[in-house]
Amino acid sequence: MTMLEVSGLRSGYGRIPILAGVDFKVEAGGFVGILGHNGMGKTTLLRTLMGYLPATGGHVKLKGKDITKASPYVRARAGIGFVPQGREIFPALSVLENLRMGCLLAKTNEKQTIEQVLEEFPRLKRLLDRNGGALSGGEQQLLALARCLCGDPKLILLDEPTEGIQPSIIEEMIETLLNLRQSRDLTMVLVEQKLNFIAALSQRILIIQKGRITREVPPEAIADPSMLEEFVGIEA
Amino acid sequence: MDLIGLVSFNVLVGIGTLVLITVGLGVIYGMMKIINLAHGEFMMLGAYTTVISVTNGINIWLAMLVIAPLVVGIVGLIVERLLIRFLYGRMIDTMLATWGLSLALIGLMTTIFGNDVRGVPAPVGGFSIGNFGASGYGIVILIVAALTLVGLFCMLRYTRYGLIVRATMQNANMASALGVAPSRIYMSTFALGAALAGLAGGVLAPISGVSPVMGAAFIAKAFITVLGGGAAIITGTGLASMIFGFINEIVSFKSTPVLGEVALLAAAIVMIRILPQGITGRFFKRSI
Ligand SMILES: Nc1ncnc2c1ncn2[C@@H]1O[C@H](COP(=O)(O)OP(=O)(O)O)[C@@H](O)[C@H]1O
Ligand SMILES: [Mg+2]
Repeated sequence: MTMLEVSGLRSGYGRIPILAGVDFKVEAGGFVGILGHNGMGKTTLLRTLMGYLPATGGHVKLKGKDITKASPYVRARAGIGFVPQGREIFPALSVLENLRMGCLLAKTNEKQTIEQVLEEFPRLKRLLDRNGGALSGGEQQLLALARCLCGDPKLILLDEPTEGIQPSIIEEMIETLLNLRQSRDLTMVLVEQKLNFIAALSQRILIIQKGRITREVPPEAIADPSMLEEFVGIEA
Repeated sequence: MDLIGLVSFNVLVGIGTLVLITVGLGVIYGMMKIINLAHGEFMMLGAYTTVISVTNGINIWLAMLVIAPLVVGIVGLIVERLLIRFLYGRMIDTMLATWGLSLALIGLMTTIFGNDVRGVPAPVGGFSIGNFGASGYGIVILIVAALTLVGLFCMLRYTRYGLIVRATMQNANMASALGVAPSRIYMSTFALGAALAGLAGGVLAPISGVSPVMGAAFIAKAFITVLGGGAAIITGTGLASMIFGFINEIVSFKSTPVLGEVALLAAAIVMIRILPQGITGRFFKRSI
């Protein structure tokens, strides 16, 4: 089954076009990485997929249903989870309250949902009473991911989770996400500029340049760092 | 000693009054960063609701504590749907629109009820502090103001709706990614702010003349107290009311009530120069 289908998607800021016709598909259960340098339109793509920016052309379909014009909260209720760039933790809510916000769309009761998610993110357990704004960048990133998972989304949109994060937490994040791929029924679109992170997690890697998906990295290159670097080097 | 007691009591009542007339405006400002210039007229509607209910034989407590906020809350809901929701994020446009609304409400009420001043008798008599007579109704104002702040605090702090409101205040986009429809939250907070204005109008009806233009006396004070308090609804309204209410009452006592109002305005202007984001923009930033 196709989870997400994006065709000819265009959007931008005011009259400045940024996305110039983006096409790609993600199968249910797939982990797809989209690789691109700064300013290539990765965040713009995810913000358009989430409905914050109106599409000026093209279509977005979730499980076959056209959601091109839906508001963000409608997309969230339809099963899209969003972990934005910069994490967007509610700074004056405690960690627990941030998680409770994530539970608004949970299918099980709040307490159970949070307990389960804390098993997946044990580092958050001793931070529950802290203000979200008082956490380190890495802790906030884990919290943003945990908060998103509380709503049990079918599809997660993940925007540069490694930005400004210490390496130990990046390792932890890779491990957590790989475990989640096993334990939950998840589909993921990850946009990144860090090669090793995207390669560790993605089954497919697409390249975004100037608002378009220009190429797909050959599957055999994903597992082979030197081949991947060579391929991306040629593209850049 | 008795005099100190009386002055202290009056200061407290002054603070309570300021809390009452400000909190509805503060809820709307804290949530949506818009100033509702029809706030005084919402209070006026609450006062009229109380007067009319009492004239028709309804118990005054029921009229001012329940019916007034309910009626004005519904008016607020309608106004939000028909007018305000098209203007979010446009501070100046909202101010113009709500100012226009305030004129329309004054006109409407004048047409229906004329511009004679009405009143309702206060349901409690005076009492004495030593040799001085004090207004027993001041105690009612104090209690209602305190319960309003405490109730609002508990609602924001301990209920799921309160959690959603606080999250939406901090980051509406992120809240919507978690399934919240911000427009619903805005609608309900606007109605809540209107209801609180209605409550203030109802509770103050026995001690102020009820007429279509009575709102003008409140809006300026409420406006500067909200700006002085800043974005945190409870802490901001509470602290700013304390400071301004204290200054107002003390100066009124030492000179005249008119100078008291002047002192309040002057203090507010100085404070907004020093703290442009209000008290809670600088201190107690993480408070509710
Ligand atoms: N709010 C905005 N207004 C105007 N232009 C923007 C805005 N945000 C981003 N851009 C521009 O859009 C382009 C793509 O940005 P973005 O999607 O953030 O890239 P990436 O996430 O890949 O680094 C950049 O040229 C950037 O300058
Ligand atoms: Mg980006």
